[in-house]
Amino acid sequence: MRSFYRACLLYTNFAKIFEAMVYLTRVEHFNAAHKLFNPAWSAQKNEDVFGKCANENWHGHNYELYVTVKGQPDPETGFVLDVKKLSEIIKEQVLEKLDHLNLNVDVDFMEGKMCSTENLAIAIWEQLEQLLPGSVQLHCVKLYETPRIFVEYYGK
Amino acid sequence: MYMNKKVAVFRKEHFNAAHRLYNAKWDDATNFRIFGKCSNPHYHGHNYELEVKVTGEPQADTGFVMDMKVLSDLIQQYVVERFDHKNLNLDTVEFKHLNPTAENIAVVIYDLLRPHVNEKHDLQIRLYETPRNFVEYPV
Repeated sequence: MRSFYRACLLYTNFAKIFEAMVYLTRVEHFNAAHKLFNPAWSAQKNEDVFGKCANENWHGHNYELYVTVKGQPDPETGFVLDVKKLSEIIKEQVLEKLDHLNLNVDVDFMEGKMCSTENLAIAIWEQLEQLLPGSVQLHCVKLYETPRIFVEYYGK
Repeated sequence: MYMNKKVAVFRKEHFNAAHRLYNAKWDDATNFRIFGKCSNPHYHGHNYELEVKVTGEPQADTGFVMDMKVLSDLIQQYVVERFDHKNLNLDTVEFKHLNPTAENIAVVIYDLLRPHVNEKHDLQIRLYETPRNFVEYPV
């Protein structure tokens, strides 16, 4: 009888693990130049709105990127997603296209967009979403522009 | 009264700037071989974190080595206003002909601040180019 209860308990614990929604985050970083400049506006209006961020010759940041996916741990591996795989997707789709580059000039997926941290987070989401395996969902892209300024995007 | 005891005080400030590592005497291929992606022609950038260390004896009347507000104002005036949200290669006279490596930036900052800090005090600069790369001058 005791072993029956033990089996039930074991089953319940396993069931909890398989139903559990777990959020997995990978942290990466890149350095880039940018400026905040709306080409439809005069230089004066750009300076009025964006201040020193509109400096013609660019400035730059150390960006810290937190990518969070959610899913249920795989029964065989215990992983939501192999974090090495997540790291490789971020490296290929984001870091190699942004790191040590100029966001306004060098990055195809930022073309025609204002290079604010908000827009960059949305663009990074779009870069990643299409390549993640179906077993997980992208939950959040959190992007630090400086240690004191960051944005979060949840996909809508 | 703590006379004759040396104390170091630190002030942290920060600035954001674009730069590229580039030696004008070398061709592009050599620059790329030595400096890698840091020589990207369209620049990249950093959040520089600056720590300024002043060492001396606390003054008898105030207990201060140096008033930290004064130190903060000096760093703002001579360093942050000069470099913040600028392109170090294009927008500053200091790096017109000097490669803006973290090492060279630290030496330049020391030279900018040294005349304004009491000569009895030691001055040291620690500059973080990224959270993982930093330099100190003098050592």
